[in-house]
Amino acid sequence: MAEQRRHFSAADIPGFGLTAMAVFVALYLPIVTLVVYSFNASASVAEWGGLSLDWYRKAAGNAEVLNATANSLIIASLAALFSTTLATLAALGTTRRAPFRGMTAVYAAINQPLMVPEIVTAVALLVVTAALKQATGYTGLGYLVMAHTAFCIPFAYLPIRARLEGMDLSFETAAADLYASDWQVFRHVTLPLLLPGILAGAMLAFVTSLDDVVITEFIKSPGQDTLPTYMLGQLRRAMTPDVNAISSMLMGVTILMLFAFFLLTRKKA
Amino acid sequence: MSTLTSERAADTHGIAVQQVVKAFGAGSAAIRALDGVSVDIRQGEFFTLLGPSGCGKTTLLRLIAGFEMPTSGAILLDGADISALPPNRRPVNTVFQSYALFPHLSVAENIGFGLKMMGRSRTEVADRVARMLALIQLEPMASRRITQLSGGQQQRVALARALAPQPKVLLLDEPLSALDAKLRKEMQAELKRLQQETGITFVFVTHDQEEALTMSDRIAVMSAGHIQQVGTPREVYTRPVNRFVASFVGETNFISGEGGADGVRLGNGAVLPVSGAPNGPVTVAIRPEHLMLCASADQGAMAAVVERTVYSGTDTHCHLKLAGGGTLTARLPTLVSGEIGLSVGDKVHVRPTPGAVQLLAD
Repeated sequence: MAEQRRHFSAADIPGFGLTAMAVFVALYLPIVTLVVYSFNASASVAEWGGLSLDWYRKAAGNAEVLNATANSLIIASLAALFSTTLATLAALGTTRRAPFRGMTAVYAAINQPLMVPEIVTAVALLVVTAALKQATGYTGLGYLVMAHTAFCIPFAYLPIRARLEGMDLSFETAAADLYASDWQVFRHVTLPLLLPGILAGAMLAFVTSLDDVVITEFIKSPGQDTLPTYMLGQLRRAMTPDVNAISSMLMGVTILMLFAFFLLTRKKA
Repeated sequence: MSTLTSERAADTHGIAVQQVVKAFGAGSAAIRALDGVSVDIRQGEFFTLLGPSGCGKTTLLRLIAGFEMPTSGAILLDGADISALPPNRRPVNTVFQSYALFPHLSVAENIGFGLKMMGRSRTEVADRVARMLALIQLEPMASRRITQLSGGQQQRVALARALAPQPKVLLLDEPLSALDAKLRKEMQAELKRLQQETGITFVFVTHDQEEALTMSDRIAVMSAGHIQQVGTPREVYTRPVNRFVASFVGETNFISGEGGADGVRLGNGAVLPVSGAPNGPVTVAIRPEHLMLCASADQGAMAAVVERTVYSGTDTHCHLKLAGGGTLTARLPTLVSGEIGLSVGDKVHVRPTPGAVQLLAD
């Protein structure tokens, strides 16, 4: 026992540091470049012309950008609200009851959007929404909200279910013992204890909706561009640095949301 | 059966458990956690369900609380059948083994939870919470989070939370098992004090026979889904009805012999004085502390050799090998065993103290 043997450490493998560096460069170099160039004074995307906020100003003054931003925020907020509500009900339904036959199949069914290729879902939604538009004459943002709600459900469901599974049923039993009706148990015990999970789920759903290109591109009507599809459209014409500025802002929002998500899920422990 | 139930119900105060069966699972795989249990628990008594794990004591508690429904049978509270009521509609509260205190609420909010759910006014809730905090001597902790409390403090909050709505019955599911030995002793005394002060019926579940003996007015000893014996601690300890009760409650020596008019004759010729022994083979129980060293001519004297001695402070446990086969454990005051210098290999005679020999039913 005189000499303690050193434990195996992955950091001792030759080339560990170099590999790690390479991975981080590949991950972050493009993003750093993008953010740096969003402050470029030059009109070219490739040439540095000094620091400037021009592209942010330009993006903020562009009616199309503002419209796309509004669409993005409306769709993401509503999709997050609806998908989180549905996901909460689904999570309660799959954890707050005795295990039943086919429970695994139900989990898989709820998480369908994670398994079916997005492009397939997009084409399928295109077919359905086209038929609906024809039949009802309604062409508003509702279709996008509906579609985003559907594919956001598993992103909201997973953290909520994880939280519920980690939550001891004895709190709910104790509440029922203390004269709480089923609704009061939910309102005063289950819901407050579940809230961090619900907020985390809503945040993930919001970010997922905000970043979506494929499905939105397929089913949007004219004038219904979201920020990602607007940028994609810009790319087809001439690439201007205001796209850099928009991307940087989008990324900022996403990072903020994910940061909040980690804070909320960490609080659980 | 149902007419019998209603006749008995009319004048019964307290809890009447009648022919309760609780089976888990279905068909041939079903396990009967309770197999026809009947017991009357009197209003205002400290009643303990004692037994090893898996004996059904916690299941019985959960049935009284309403967390489980009986497969058959009925549970009456003050004469009214409560078997079908959900937990929130029974005037019964529980102190859980894990406490199950709400982590998102303060100490005061935890204690006031039941009253709030009952729709009591804000001032009434605050008033009662203040009195409960005083009762458990945790007034300065009112606004603390549950996670900021020690185990013993959490225990007291769990108790106050369950007592605050003034239930007719308080159920306690091994509430002291998570505490260290010293704290457990203090809480035993505190529980007993609270029970006497409030006059509420306490139904206490434990596997600790010493805890049961020191705290209870009456004990039901349970095993394998049945109640083996109901009685005061003294009755259960001194007059166990069968081998299970005798061995589970305290330590016991079992001796087999032949029953007769003069007592129970052992294989080595000694005759233990006990009246009412049936003719034929019988088993008797003698507590280790009811054996004493004696002269060979004394009535009931048994010759033995000291095999091993275990010192335990006040007493010394002497493991004896009986002449003619069998072993006995005698718990002798260390003062006595020390004085005569008892050591391994010594030949001694022991006899039971008067009235110490208990005939067992099986």
